[in-house]
Amino acid sequence: MALLTCEDLSLGYEGKAILEHVTFSVNNGDYLCIVGENGSGKSTLMKTILGLRKPLHGTITTGEGLRQNEIGYLPQQTVVQRDFPASVLEIVRSGCQGRQGLRPFYTKAEKKLARDNIRRMGLDDLTRRCYRDLSGGQQQRVLLARALCATGKLLLLDEPVSGLDPKVTAEMYQLISDLNRRERITVIMISHDLGAALKYASHILHIGARVWFGTREDYLQSSVGTAFLQLGGVEQ
Amino acid sequence: MTLEAYLGLPYVQKALLVGVLISMCTALLGVTLVLRRFSFIGDGLSHVAFGAMTVAAVVGLTNDMLLVMPVTIVCAVLLLSVGQHAKVKGDASVAMISVGALAVGYLLMNLFPPSGRSNITGDVCTTLFGGTSILTLQPQEVTLSIVLSIVVVVFFLFFYHKIFAVTFDESFATATGTKTRLYNLLLAIIIAVVIVLAMKLVGSLLISALVVFPALSAMRLFKSFRSVTICAACLSVICTVAGFLSAAMFSTPVGSTIVVANIAVFALFTLGGLIFRRS
Repeated sequence: MALLTCEDLSLGYEGKAILEHVTFSVNNGDYLCIVGENGSGKSTLMKTILGLRKPLHGTITTGEGLRQNEIGYLPQQTVVQRDFPASVLEIVRSGCQGRQGLRPFYTKAEKKLARDNIRRMGLDDLTRRCYRDLSGGQQQRVLLARALCATGKLLLLDEPVSGLDPKVTAEMYQLISDLNRRERITVIMISHDLGAALKYASHILHIGARVWFGTREDYLQSSVGTAFLQLGGVEQ
Repeated sequence: MTLEAYLGLPYVQKALLVGVLISMCTALLGVTLVLRRFSFIGDGLSHVAFGAMTVAAVVGLTNDMLLVMPVTIVCAVLLLSVGQHAKVKGDASVAMISVGALAVGYLLMNLFPPSGRSNITGDVCTTLFGGTSILTLQPQEVTLSIVLSIVVVVFFLFFYHKIFAVTFDESFATATGTKTRLYNLLLAIIIAVVIVLAMKLVGSLLISALVVFPALSAMRLFKSFRSVTICAACLSVICTVAGFLSAAMFSTPVGSTIVVANIAVFALFTLGGLIFRRS
């Protein structure tokens, strides 16, 4: 059984569909990139998978023991976060929050998990630093460490490299790719960057007027894929 | 009268105690409110409470809290929990509700002057600035303030990590299973209750100041959520005590003196922040 299965999803606002008949599934260890034009509903799809909004039609099921709240999420940064007075440690620990229930403190295991993820993201020296004083790339790594505290299985990344310079962008992609290949963490990523999507992803979900889902190799041969590639000007 | 003799008076002691407790509560709540861009909610909600009070007076309710409290709570819930997804965004909806309630309240007061009260301007002024009402507290008001402050502090300690998670990133918290709607609701109710009580005691001008100043001052110097929260609560209490005592010494209005003390601390912390960043 797949880790996550979406069947015949329709998404939209106030009963008006902006995206229809989306069917795809993600297996353990996959790296799925969701591509499509602006306004095609990529972020809405992400929010629906996370359970932040209900689909107009269709079902989302999780399998292999994955619970709805075990999905790690890397959201796009909000204005509020940019000047937020919080230490790296506080933010990473808050990834454990979902499992806490009514317990008002973090357990030893949760604190250790936070420490481990800080190390994993190479943030050891920045533990006590303030989030707002970090560079864009460091901030993204902090949020990734937090997402890893919430999950060991599935990461959802919403435009993880937006606003980063080319060098940091490449490092970020490498980091995500390592998590996927070495630690077998399943990745679902929204991306504007078709070049990177085709370089790292194992599967592609193209949404828009036509919905297409399949492996990267098939996408490069498909009519949807070739048309979108020409539009984006990316060389194969 | 010397300062010691003044502080020996029971009603002054009560006023000081209540002032300290309220300023601690508003500072704790202020951190999350300022960070969520709801700095003006103190102002907005106290105007709502003012509007509801005039309605209660016109209708002739003997205990106006029965109307004021529910109305203010409903507005707080609407602004804080629904506001995030509403079509009219945060600051605009606060401004709308605040100005609207103030206008309607003042209009009603003029159309139906409450019997026995001829000085409408005086009434409005007291609502805004608190007047001397903090020095004329009833015993049950003191008890209520103490109980409420304990509730707020316990709530804050118990839900501290949740408040942090919800303030920093609401969608992430919701997605990973934190009951954000519930905590937003609880937070909104507590804020409304604190503001209604504080307004009767210190006036709506002072509430806004007590919500925003300590949090903003603390953010100039401190770099983690915990240190900002603790520092804001301490600053708020210190400013209240300092303002209260200077008001007694120089016979100035209590509310505005406390606000001035907060402004001075803010200036000091801003300067400190600049120096620290340089070095």
